[in-house]
Amino acid sequence: MNSSILINGLFIFMLAGFIGFEVIRRVSPLLHTPLMSLTNALDAIAVVGAIVLVGEHKSTLSAVLGTIAVVAATSNIVGGFLITDRMLKMFKSSRTTPKS
Amino acid sequence: MNEFAGSQLIIEVIYLVASALFILSLKWMSSPTTARHGVWAGELGMLLAIAGTLLHHGIVDYKWIAVALVLGAIIGVPLGRVQMTAVPQRTALSHAFGALCVTLVGTAEFYLRTPDISRFMMAVLSMEVILGSLTFTGSLMAAGKLQEILPQRPLTYKGQNLVNFLLLAIAITIAVYLVLHPEARQLYPFMLVIALAFGVLLVIPIGGADMPTVISLLNAYAGLSAAAMGFVLNNKLLIVAGALDGSSGLILSVIMSKAMNRSFTNVLFGAFGQVAASTAAGGEAKTVRSATAEEAAAILSAANKVVVVPGYGMAVAQAQHKVRELYDSLSKRGVDVRFAIHPVAGRMPGHMNVLLAEADIPYDRLMDMEDINGDFPQTDVALVIGANDVTNPAARTDASSPIYGMPILDVDKAHTVMVIKRGMSPGFAGIDNPLYYLDNTLMLFGDAKAFVGSIVRELTGGSHS
Repeated sequence: MNSSILINGLFIFMLAGFIGFEVIRRVSPLLHTPLMSLTNALDAIAVVGAIVLVGEHKSTLSAVLGTIAVVAATSNIVGGFLITDRMLKMFKSSRTTPKS
Repeated sequence: MNEFAGSQLIIEVIYLVASALFILSLKWMSSPTTARHGVWAGELGMLLAIAGTLLHHGIVDYKWIAVALVLGAIIGVPLGRVQMTAVPQRTALSHAFGALCVTLVGTAEFYLRTPDISRFMMAVLSMEVILGSLTFTGSLMAAGKLQEILPQRPLTYKGQNLVNFLLLAIAITIAVYLVLHPEARQLYPFMLVIALAFGVLLVIPIGGADMPTVISLLNAYAGLSAAAMGFVLNNKLLIVAGALDGSSGLILSVIMSKAMNRSFTNVLFGAFGQVAASTAAGGEAKTVRSATAEEAAAILSAANKVVVVPGYGMAVAQAQHKVRELYDSLSKRGVDVRFAIHPVAGRMPGHMNVLLAEADIPYDRLMDMEDINGDFPQTDVALVIGANDVTNPAARTDASSPIYGMPILDVDKAHTVMVIKRGMSPGFAGIDNPLYYLDNTLMLFGDAKAFVGSIVRELTGGSHS
């Protein structure tokens, strides 16, 4: 691990943190629950690390732990997007006629 | 090696696109009109990222990946179909799953890489695993409390903070030792178990009313642990997603702690000061005025502006749909009806809005505390349903009150206040509410659902237009 990779990572973390702060500050409190379930689903992108772990099959332990990790993260992806969309469909304005 | 570099480049480009889609996804969440595009952008980004990852040159075995993806989807579908009242525990559970994934991957990486691991890598890996495992057990505890499998009241004992602090200190000490001596692999399980235990003990002393803050805080921890995993795997997409999730959780924690009048440091260290259980109610017997459904209906139909203040008690009584009927019949009579939502009205940030939206109440009628508070003096009737502490004027006026300084909805400034309540018992925090004894307050005693139902009957039966 050389230090340029570390610095690159820290740059990305810092910038993404600021973007996240600015973007999420603008989310209406109306949608804070769907926001949390959405970020939860996005956070399950950790699944990519687990997929590589399972696929590379470097040791039995890593493959087993990886498989459980893929199951846990995938359930978050599927469940998280599903419930976020279900909640957002419920929010209807009185000015526009409900679409669905 | 040319081919390897090629597929690696494709993966990096796909991750770049996915990062942009994730940011757009959150940006579109800013308004209910674009929010569903946000979900689609997120889904597309996720799909691309997973598909791209499968191109990874090192992957030799796809069978178990497929099995795990299918199994995860099978578990995920029912978790996406829970009732809206159960969304807080579902969210806590998914924080636990996310943290479990991070912890397991971190553990696997530890045993694959040690003892030849750089100090920086070992430090980040320790952070990933400690944060991940305490979030895993802490979120499970929170989910258990919200689902009422576990007792909702805070479990406290003497020296609790000291025990918790010591546990965390031991886990961090082991982590530091591992950074310096990564060959001491036998210490790793201790660090893991202590961090898991710390998560349990962290949430045990926290009561049901504090759950919105806890869930937000665990959300922030889950994000940070995922970002740490991104450093370990040198995966930029993961760093971006973790940073976004972490800042979201942090922002929500701050909003929730402000709404509960807790300091930011209190939140960061998870030290949720307990509100003193009870205060001596004033010695003299205070009188309240009560009214019947018929009287309440007459007052409401004569009003121009009505603000409904729903609390979690309304959701417990399953009164949302009756409240919608009330909204419909008053709106038909030309009464301007709005809803005042306190940030901690539900069991997680924004929960009350979801519950009312589910009952088909238009979202432009749902007002934040800051937007509605200035309007109460011009409001004819404030109708409080199942909310207590968030309407307690003592938070504004009585410096000796345990909730003094907490931002509240200024319902007492409305011309008439009506409070639907089962009896005169104090609220969650066990604090007497002077609102009930004001001259402009009418108490409507009864079950929220039944009482709102009878008001609706009076309104619709009274006159046909």
